[in-house]
Amino acid sequence: MLAFSIRRLLQAILVMLVVALISFTLFRFVGDPVNQMVGVDTTPEQREALRERLGLNDPIMTQFGRFIVKAAQFDFGTSYQFRQPVADLIGKRLPATLELSLVSAIFALLVGIPMGVYTGLHRDSVLSKLFLSISLIGISLPTFFIGILLIFLFSVTLQWLPSFGRGDTVAIGWWTTGLLTVSGLKALVLPSITLGLFQMTLIMRLVRSEMLEVIRTDYIKFARARGLRQRSINFRHALKNTLVPVITITGLQVGSIIAFAIITETVFQWPGMGLLFLQSVQNVDIPIMAAYLMLIAFLFVVINLIVDLLYFVVDPRLRADRAAL
Amino acid sequence: MTENTVKDAATEVTADAAAGVPPAAPRGRIARALDSDILHSFLRSKITILSAIVTLVFFAGAALAPWVAPHNPFDLATISILDARLPPLGMEDSDPRFLLGTDDQGRDVFSGILYGARISLAVGFLSVFFAAIVGVLLGLIAGYVGGKVDAVIMRIAEVQLTFPAILIALLVDGVARAVFGNLDRERFAFWILVFSIALSFWVQFARTVRGSTLVERNKEYVQAARLIGIPRFLIMIRHVLPNVIGPVLVIATINLGLAIITEATLSFLGVGIPPTQPSLGTLVRIGNDFLFSGEWWIAMFPGFALAVLVLAVNLLGDWLRDALNPKLR
Repeated sequence: MLAFSIRRLLQAILVMLVVALISFTLFRFVGDPVNQMVGVDTTPEQREALRERLGLNDPIMTQFGRFIVKAAQFDFGTSYQFRQPVADLIGKRLPATLELSLVSAIFALLVGIPMGVYTGLHRDSVLSKLFLSISLIGISLPTFFIGILLIFLFSVTLQWLPSFGRGDTVAIGWWTTGLLTVSGLKALVLPSITLGLFQMTLIMRLVRSEMLEVIRTDYIKFARARGLRQRSINFRHALKNTLVPVITITGLQVGSIIAFAIITETVFQWPGMGLLFLQSVQNVDIPIMAAYLMLIAFLFVVINLIVDLLYFVVDPRLRADRAAL
Repeated sequence: MTENTVKDAATEVTADAAAGVPPAAPRGRIARALDSDILHSFLRSKITILSAIVTLVFFAGAALAPWVAPHNPFDLATISILDARLPPLGMEDSDPRFLLGTDDQGRDVFSGILYGARISLAVGFLSVFFAAIVGVLLGLIAGYVGGKVDAVIMRIAEVQLTFPAILIALLVDGVARAVFGNLDRERFAFWILVFSIALSFWVQFARTVRGSTLVERNKEYVQAARLIGIPRFLIMIRHVLPNVIGPVLVIATINLGLAIITEATLSFLGVGIPPTQPSLGTLVRIGNDFLFSGEWWIAMFPGFALAVLVLAVNLLGDWLRDALNPKLR
């Protein structure tokens, strides 16, 4: 297991280096950083002084090294459009995005797994067919359109839930949370359904196909022959063995939830990182783009690493032959 | 999950091809096509027939938009601000000239959808086309040449898989803005979009083709071709490629739906097709501003058109995958 972990860790570091290289290239070569920082009336001498001070005249490798050291401390300089440190801007927006992503991931799991188990066990029931049709529609509807439909239904027509923003938030240290106020919770409902719907259908289909496979295996037949109760067979024996792929996919999806939050945040004007990133793309605010890219890559890599290690916890077979690894 | 099934389908299909289709009786191509499993499975499924019809209607409507659309939404001479925000037929104050109502500038929503589908489909087809070409070539090279070339291509693919398509496309757009400036970007928006979507979709093609190439490479016909001294490039293109191309069609169909969604999403976010030549996504973006003032039709009809189109294409893709993969039936 140790060798395996180390190999995964090295791979993770390699991915981060490649992403850092892309970020750095963006930072350094797309649009001249000096032009973005100075006014029109700056003399060439002042520009040159600034170049020297920023270290833009150093060899490229030195600059890249410095970029990585700074990136490791999450120092990405100053945003072109807000004239504030990028780390502060993202730090302020981070809780909103993470809360939204977490709630929608929980929603996807809590709804998706039971639906998958049900459709797997009762293949031909009417309800199963209904679930499957809904899931197909859920995959075909673009996220932004689901959001608009929900807003139209629940905010404009029924006026039950707010259509934009986070509601009231409570600050706990530097972290702001909307989970502790009624308006904050209400504001979370529509965005997290929008964001989680795709993952929910994905998990449902996955659990369903795994269940279909597992209930055909011998040990389930044996459990039935032993006269165990159906419920205990379904949940203790069958469901447990479908969980490995579910963990993989969910883990991988957490990353894309955070990325897809860009769309949901735009539809609901949710003050998170995604909205910030979109604005930075529209305004060519390279430092924010580079920082966001690095942050997302980091989250992806960490989650993948955790998922890989979770296999060992979930699947005892892997632990048994760890010597082979 | 989808990726795995696609990959399964891939190996399955190539295995079939390798097993050798029984020598067909000397009948015409058409007669054989009419008797094939694929056609039978097509005719058996009503949903597939329906989605094929829907897809064809969309293709026809989009291709013939200038002739079948009741209005030209880009012809400033024919649109009038006096017609702005008219509701669709069947509601109060509706105008019989505008089946699905008009938007804030008096443009016919129905015609807008036809012209929008034209752009959405064009972006979808072109980006999948380029992604397929790049992916198939790289997959072929990675699988056939192997070694370091393979390692480099597949590492790049892995790193790229880490990022969702939408993020890559957004980054490409950001870079394009920085390089071209905002004005030029609008002019090239269409091609930038095609490029950025193709860039994020090639990986799946490459991985599938590489997988089946690895299987084909060791077969006797390849060895024979190598023995008689056919250049490596020609073996890849003329001998291996025809045997690994089958699954590409399935992936392409499934990716067409995804590409259309990606295009619509980017346009909705305001980084795709500009409002002067709106695609379906741009139309929803325009309409989104009027949702709260009660003019729901401006956003809803283009959105539903988009959803129905993607649903039909996805159903076709699902059917194609199952039809080419007998194990799943």
